[in-house]
Amino acid sequence: MKKTYKLIDLDCANCAAKMENAIRNIDGVTSATVSFMSQKMTVEGDDARFDAIMQEVVKVCRKVEPDCEIVLK
Amino acid sequence: MTKKQKKMLYRILVSFVLFLIAVLLPLEGLLRLPVFLIPYAIVGWDVLWKAVRNILNGQVFDENFLMAVATLGAFGCGEYPEGVAVLLFYQVGELFQSVAVSRSRQSIADLMDIRPDYANIERDGQLVQVDPEEISVGDIIVIKAGERVPLDGVVTEGASALDTAALTGESLPRDVAPGDTVISGCVNLSGLLHVQAAKPFGESTVARILDLVENSSEKKAQAEHFITKFARYYTPIVVFAALALAVLPSLLTGGQWGVWVPRALNFLVVSCPCALVISIPLSFFGGIGGASKQGILVKGSNYLEALARAGIVVFDKTGTLTEGKFAVVKTEGDVLEQAALAEQFSTHPISRSILTAWGGQPAPERVRDVEEIAGHGVRAVVDGRTVLAGNRKLLEREEIAIPAVQEQAGTTVYVAVEGEYRGYLVIADQPKPNSAQALRELKACGVRQTVMLTGDSQGAAQHVAQALGLDQFHAQLLPADKVQRVEELLEAKQPGEQLIFVGDGINDAPVLSRADVGVAMGALGSDAAIEAADLVLMDDDLSKLPVAVRIAKKTLAIVKQNIVFAIGVKVLVLVLSAMGRANMWAAVFADVGVSVLAILNASRMLRTK
Repeated sequence: MKKTYKLIDLDCANCAAKMENAIRNIDGVTSATVSFMSQKMTVEGDDARFDAIMQEVVKVCRKVEPDCEIVLK
Repeated sequence: MTKKQKKMLYRILVSFVLFLIAVLLPLEGLLRLPVFLIPYAIVGWDVLWKAVRNILNGQVFDENFLMAVATLGAFGCGEYPEGVAVLLFYQVGELFQSVAVSRSRQSIADLMDIRPDYANIERDGQLVQVDPEEISVGDIIVIKAGERVPLDGVVTEGASALDTAALTGESLPRDVAPGDTVISGCVNLSGLLHVQAAKPFGESTVARILDLVENSSEKKAQAEHFITKFARYYTPIVVFAALALAVLPSLLTGGQWGVWVPRALNFLVVSCPCALVISIPLSFFGGIGGASKQGILVKGSNYLEALARAGIVVFDKTGTLTEGKFAVVKTEGDVLEQAALAEQFSTHPISRSILTAWGGQPAPERVRDVEEIAGHGVRAVVDGRTVLAGNRKLLEREEIAIPAVQEQAGTTVYVAVEGEYRGYLVIADQPKPNSAQALRELKACGVRQTVMLTGDSQGAAQHVAQALGLDQFHAQLLPADKVQRVEELLEAKQPGEQLIFVGDGINDAPVLSRADVGVAMGALGSDAAIEAADLVLMDDDLSKLPVAVRIAKKTLAIVKQNIVFAIGVKVLVLVLSAMGRANMWAAVFADVGVSVLAILNASRMLRTK
């Protein structure tokens, strides 16, 4: 499954790169991009575990850049 | 400015005033410390807070942490004014950077502002505005003058002119009448239109284009990968170098801590790769945004990068270099009227073009005994005389002698009347008016070789190739042969060179995907082309291709400038700091100053013509 999320208050480009890296290292994620320019994040991962993966994504992002909020729809 | 940015601005101003007061107060010794700590705390509390928080989260090489250590270090060395000033300057730079980025982002968003906000639909006799997503296929929507077409559909009522500039970059309005298809994203210029929706909003042209451009940042260019990698190693290396610089000289050679620690602190300030990490994607994003304004859709920055190194450009002939419509280009002998009358019942494109060239009204009463001979031509009795119109084989079958005629550029139709040869017509596909110009411009942009591939005859291909000045052409190719030819050309590429294939996207999908960059043209309304290509020219205009190459080259030039400039300044300041020749001011310039300049340079991309 591949999903795109809006990001709020992603203020630093280096953090975006770090977030991207951290998300890619999550088990079950096949690809991830965090775009500083469009303030969006795309995550692709296992269908069955996608919700669990997203929880993990939110957790690692909070670690890297606590000010940035992921809009989960 | 956003609320957040304004708040920061006030903090900076207050802190600056207090800092000036602190500098002017005639205080001595430790008394100065609290006076300088006040402006420091006002401008930098968030930096310190984030530094602590990020350490707790295991993010050591965070720029907040580095700035905190550097400035607190300055305080530790007794350089209070420097400590405050550096943090002040850093925050000014960050603010400026944030404003510049949101400005650029906004102007790119404006470029792509083609999303319709609403659709008008009639409900219970009332015209109501609804979200375009609520419209289903088959609904009749109403588009007033000045409104944007919300969904792709077919006009059922009304006539108007549509402005397609936002989609194609073409300023000439397009006239529509009942039965015509309209594309979402165009603006209705004059009359009231009733349109039956043909696609849901999500599959309409405008949604697909926005989707495509927004997702283009997923396909990263090599330059972006390089920066990500560079950033990953650069910061830790500089931080460890700073550590070594702070400790080793003093321990090993008995140097003074007071000399080496400030130098090391400089390293920390320079250690953020922000200038690169922000400005490189911004340049590509700007390039893609600028291109889309011209009606050129680029599906990823990697394609922009490849386009900038275009060495071989391969074209499909029909519909790409030529109009894809047949026309009589040459007439020998007074045979046009007879041929036209004989062929008036035929639906073959060649017969149609003869009728068009003649220009008269069809006159069935003048013709009888029409016989179409497959693969040969037509025999008919026109005004009481037997007329033959067809290829050489047709006349040879009737044993009519044809004088030797040199091979023509196109399809030749020979005409005989009452068993006697009278002349011939040449029918060919016409090059588009701006094809030759576009090819010349491509050469001027550094394209080494232009090649044409076609399924058409050798003669027709040669004619077009000569007229347009192509370097190479291959005729009589089957679709599979085209892939083979492209493979051969790919083999023959010079190092670093990229092969671009340009087609109409309808039946050349395999070739489009095989080329380094596949370009589909005339894609307005053609889903297949948008799907298959890496780069889409929204209208039929080949002159957009050199524009795309120029945009790509400019983007790459800016990217290169920023990489060299940012890394150059940083390394220079690092070296000077290690030698004790650069103070913390220089270091802050190498950090935020360079960032701001690189962003300003990248934002030039938005103004590309």
